[in-house]
Amino acid sequence: MPDDDRLLAVEDLRVGFGTVAAVRGVDLDLRPGECLAVVGESGSGKSATARALVGLSGGTVRARRMELAGRDLTALRDREWRAVRGGRIGLVLQDALSALDPLRTVGAEITETLANHRTVERSARRARAVSLLGQVRVPEPEIRARQHPHQLSGGLRQRALIASAIAADPPLLIADEPTTALDVTVAAQILNLLAERKAAGTAILLISHDLAVVARLADRIAVMHAGVLVEEGTPGELLRAPAHPYTRELLAAIPAAHARGTRLSVRAAEGAPAADGGCGYAARCPLATDRCRTEPPARVAVGDGHHARCWRTDAEWPAPPARTARTRDTADTAADTVIEARDLAKAFRGPDGAQRPAVAGVSFTLRAGRTLGIVGESGSGKSTTAHLVMGLLEPDAGTVALLGRPWSHRPEAERRALRPRLQLVQQDPLASFDPRYTVERIIGEGLGHPGRRAARANRDAIAALLRRVGLDDALLDRRPQELSGGQRQRVAVARALAPEPAVLVCDEPVSALDVSVQAQILDLLTDLQDDLGVALLFISHDLGVVHHMSDDVLVMRDGAVVESGPVQDVFDNPSHPYTRALLTALPSIDAAARPVALDRPADA
Amino acid sequence: MKHDPDSEPDAEPGAPSAGGPGAPRGGGRAALARWVARRLLLAVVVVLGAATVTFGALRLTPGDPVKVMVGISAAQNPEIVEQARHETGFDRPLAVQYADFLGDLARGDLGWSYQLQESVPTVIGDNLWPTVSLTLAGFALAFLIAVPLAVATAGRRPAWRALSSLLELVTVSIPGFWVGLLLLTFFSFRLHLFPATGGTGLSGLVLPAVTLALGLVGLFTQILRDGMARALDEPFALSARARGTGETAVRLRHALRHALIAISTISGWTVGALLTGAVVVETVFGRPGLGRVLATAIQNRDFPVVTGITIVSGALFTLITLGVDLLYRVVDPRLREAPA
Repeated sequence: MPDDDRLLAVEDLRVGFGTVAAVRGVDLDLRPGECLAVVGESGSGKSATARALVGLSGGTVRARRMELAGRDLTALRDREWRAVRGGRIGLVLQDALSALDPLRTVGAEITETLANHRTVERSARRARAVSLLGQVRVPEPEIRARQHPHQLSGGLRQRALIASAIAADPPLLIADEPTTALDVTVAAQILNLLAERKAAGTAILLISHDLAVVARLADRIAVMHAGVLVEEGTPGELLRAPAHPYTRELLAAIPAAHARGTRLSVRAAEGAPAADGGCGYAARCPLATDRCRTEPPARVAVGDGHHARCWRTDAEWPAPPARTARTRDTADTAADTVIEARDLAKAFRGPDGAQRPAVAGVSFTLRAGRTLGIVGESGSGKSTTAHLVMGLLEPDAGTVALLGRPWSHRPEAERRALRPRLQLVQQDPLASFDPRYTVERIIGEGLGHPGRRAARANRDAIAALLRRVGLDDALLDRRPQELSGGQRQRVAVARALAPEPAVLVCDEPVSALDVSVQAQILDLLTDLQDDLGVALLFISHDLGVVHHMSDDVLVMRDGAVVESGPVQDVFDNPSHPYTRALLTALPSIDAAARPVALDRPADA
Repeated sequence: MKHDPDSEPDAEPGAPSAGGPGAPRGGGRAALARWVARRLLLAVVVVLGAATVTFGALRLTPGDPVKVMVGISAAQNPEIVEQARHETGFDRPLAVQYADFLGDLARGDLGWSYQLQESVPTVIGDNLWPTVSLTLAGFALAFLIAVPLAVATAGRRPAWRALSSLLELVTVSIPGFWVGLLLLTFFSFRLHLFPATGGTGLSGLVLPAVTLALGLVGLFTQILRDGMARALDEPFALSARARGTGETAVRLRHALRHALIAISTISGWTVGALLTGAVVVETVFGRPGLGRVLATAIQNRDFPVVTGITIVSGALFTLITLGVDLLYRVVDPRLREAPA
């Protein structure tokens, strides 16, 4: 490869935090106008890599070579780093609500970049900030520049954050999970915006945990695991013919249509720490041999510009186990109705004092052992519907019946006896647990015995519940902060299962998780449903997840159901334009593997 | 992260947010005026409550205020006592006394001090300014020392931070009178830089203010440093650094403002408490002040003075709280739309 046209050249990058090696020898090349995607689960070292490139990793960084446009980044002094940050390399973080200072206007954040790099005269900064907002397609940029992050929607915030990163026109833009917190349609718009920057000649380093998201934009994809790039190639090559088992795991974890009825996760086990010397993936790999555990795999070519670090690239890959226990009979209406919701309506008073309907005329029936998916973007009324069903909010109109008995508009004393039959799993288990409780007490609370001593007395029952959700009893005395995201969500499921519910309401249960962990949780929920016959009310903004999980589906928009029916009918023959729009925006591997439409994305 | 539909102010990507571009700025100002008016009304209720509690508490405590009032020799004579009781209205039913008390209060008449033989408003007026100036000077001094300390040590320079923490702990733990005596011994008696007692002028203010400030510096620095360290760990601090913003600017422009939210809460409480609680420092330095007057009045059952000071400090306290809440809204734009 000729060196001269490379904008970014990194060889053998290593980042360590204390004794932990987060990045263990990474090579990166990036040319102007090119997009390289680094994909991996949380903890794989992808963010540490991104931050090391701007000198903000917070750890010890070593590299044989780290050059930006021929300039050595390994020997920069503080002042020189400041000129690089924002000036030569822009960084966009996930979730602009926390990545923009909540106390400052978005205009001030953009102006900060302009001032740091003396991009324009002081007097012209405000005007430039407004024009930058316009450039990233923020409507009414004059007004938005004076607003604070909390006053903007997620998509507009992310655009404002991008505007602040590109204000000094850096030739390299690093986007670290730029679309992870966003709805599909908004995420598609942000990706289009990045594609525009790319077309204009900016090099983009895109960091994500989701192969499907990056597939559309990336010219090359590098899959990262345990601090090592395990596979690199063009999207076409890598997605069509994955060579590394971890890439296969990531691909299988995408709950797309073809994976329906199959398991998503390779294996429920959490990854064991990588042994020194061996392949970091060996502990999880179904193909691992003794050689994998002792000798680090060499980088081998498996196709045109397609490399993998694996000893077993030529091994036969085992077919994913099909799910046989489950018979999804769509005509099965004999099962008992567990929840009957009729014409639910709920309005909230807005900040301006006017009543705004959050839910209007929602009706559905949920039968025992089945899954009803509710899908929609944020603000569509999904969560309000869940709260109405849970009896946490009273509907303004309409009724909910639980197990054939009236549930809404009943005094809480009357409802209490039925409460154990209806349980909730929330998006963020860390926030839904008392941080001072141990796992034992968290689940003990679900059993109705929250006290420390009562939980101790029920230790056997609690340990059984833990095993039921695929966790070891060794976790009993841990606290929520000491668990991984996947373990936490398993504990949340165990707590919800403790009182033997008839219905589990899952409100975005996997939205905060990586695809591979998400796959494990989705498999867990399906297994539990098969074994226990519990009905699921499954709420998500992710159509792929809802498609994979549900028997029936409601598509919600602005508080109303725009389409409903058996999941296959709705997804294969969407009748409402909104459903069609959502399905089009859904990132998909199939679409990316097609060579067309890779370079020229549709206009925003 | 997803949000509840009702907490998400702007659900649709392109839709104008509530109170955003469509709403004129004047609407926010009218809402603010309504908010202030409501808080002021609440303040009146609080002051009335404080007055009532004082009224009740003083009549429930043992000891006859009339005997104290007429003096020890005259108290031996039941006739004089009864006459005085009649003149001051202490012989009337409690309800009538309370009604009279509220009536006087409404007219701004806080009564006459038995002990000092002065009208209560005069007593308070004479002592209010020394107290307020001492409180404000001590507070400002503590703040001016704490901010640079916190900015310099938050989240870095472990050695300096450890040293600063140690000093904070020492200043918080040492009683004010001891610090005051040390300062007096050194700066007044030995160096003769500042007057030892009295002196309501600026030079007389220095040592008492330093004494007060030393007790507060530790507290303020810890709260500020904590808040700043937390803000510096937030993604927006990383964003700011990734824009090429220097470390000092990140601290001053971004982190400090977040730390000020926490310090506002404690500031309101501190200033309010000092108004009547600076009695130790006032005593050590022989300064006039509300705290001292109040302590003496309680000892001597000087009802009108106790009641008057309680009402005035209650009113000041509610005003300070209102000021702090207003400050929140200035510092944190997220609170501006929140209902009062």
